[in-house]
Amino acid sequence: MIRVVLPQHLRTLARVGEEVEVRVEGLATQRAVLDALEAGYPVLRGTIRGHTNERRRPFVRFFACEQDLSHESPDAPLPEAVVQGVEPLLIVGAMAGG
Amino acid sequence: MSRVRVLVGTRKGAFVLTADGKRKSWDVSGPHFAGWEIYHLKGSPLDPDRLYASQTSGWFGQVIQRSNDGGKSWEPTGNEFTYDGVPGTHQWYDGTPHPWEFQRVWHLEPSLFDADTIYAGVEDAALFRSTDGGGSWQELSGLRCHGTGRHWQPGAGGMCLHTIVQDPSDAKRLYVAISAAGAFRTDDAGASWRPINRGLRSQGIPDPDAEVGHCVHRIAMHRSRPGVLFMQKHWDVMRSDDAGEAWVEVSGNLPTDFGFPIDVHAHEPETIYVVPIKSDSEHFPPEGKLRVYRSRTGGNEWEPLTKGLPQRDCYVNVLRDAMAVDSLDSCGVYFGTTGGQVYASADAGDTWAPIVRDLPAVLSVEAQTLP
Repeated sequence: MIRVVLPQHLRTLARVGEEVEVRVEGLATQRAVLDALEAGYPVLRGTIRGHTNERRRPFVRFFACEQDLSHESPDAPLPEAVVQGVEPLLIVGAMAGG
Repeated sequence: MSRVRVLVGTRKGAFVLTADGKRKSWDVSGPHFAGWEIYHLKGSPLDPDRLYASQTSGWFGQVIQRSNDGGKSWEPTGNEFTYDGVPGTHQWYDGTPHPWEFQRVWHLEPSLFDADTIYAGVEDAALFRSTDGGGSWQELSGLRCHGTGRHWQPGAGGMCLHTIVQDPSDAKRLYVAISAAGAFRTDDAGASWRPINRGLRSQGIPDPDAEVGHCVHRIAMHRSRPGVLFMQKHWDVMRSDDAGEAWVEVSGNLPTDFGFPIDVHAHEPETIYVVPIKSDSEHFPPEGKLRVYRSRTGGNEWEPLTKGLPQRDCYVNVLRDAMAVDSLDSCGVYFGTTGGQVYASADAGDTWAPIVRDLPAVLSVEAQTLP
């Protein structure tokens, strides 16, 4: 299982705690994790990436293992520590005022 | 005794204000959706406990919420707004072509005729309709694609479709307004549209009386006379007596004819309300005095309404969707400010009192009269 940490507003929207777990079949990538996340929590569709173009929303970032994965290809493999469930994939609302 | 429910959208959440028919003592519920911008909330006229809210965020995009119990509980519903076909371009601020991109829902308008139908006015300007209570949305693309769309350009707040007015006598007739394109009408339930801007004059565009390009801020109608429309434009208060075919200016003796909201008394179709704002750069009341102006003659002759409103050092704004009326025997009038106050008058504007003083900046106010 892959651990995903959501930002506060999306936890409220999805009515979940800080961390959720998703199961990914095959290669664990950002796209695969987001597909599984949105399948489990349909209310999150459109809030992290675009409905149709699947592009990451500009003020959403993906961190893991103290690295910024936001600009990685959505089809790049996630770090092994994330795949093994040792480290979570952090979905973060960028610091941008508000 | 009848009750009133006032729905308030703010920069940081939604609030539901309720009172009995006296409108003296108010209960305040909220913030709902704390931290999100709530551009608009509105209840179905056919099922008043069914409410819709446009919840939006620069981080996480658009969410539509629906309540079936008058705002006690909410459920997210459909949030996919996809333009019909290849969207093309409109004009950007600098006059260059810019791709149509969905930003947010500015205004939600539940149908007068079907409890499951609701319209959404969005930025970049387009009109969407849901016939399943907000579960899914389809663009009425005849508006955006009717021919002038490529010439539309954003106002300071973005290129938004902010006003949707339904003709209560004709389910196929709708009016919308777009900043900065103007007013448009359909007579075939949204399949085809045409601009209705004859008589408008705007100094900020190359041709002051162009077919499109006018920054219309708000349109209001009294349901007993659906052919009579009142408009607050960027500058000028206007009226039309022929369903928008032609407009005449009725600014009259207003201290300034710039402003955002306009509304009509629930029982007097020639009584209208505006909130004059000093200018298009100084978005605050003239002389620091917050005054609602009322005309009982359908425009031209205006009286200031000041009792209970701050008459010194007041520099708030009142945004286009932030005024509403109830339909109790003595018509209630409500408006919210960018300073977070929501003012109520239970006597058609003669006297005012704040319901709340310290909300986040108010984006929208709607009033429901309940049995």
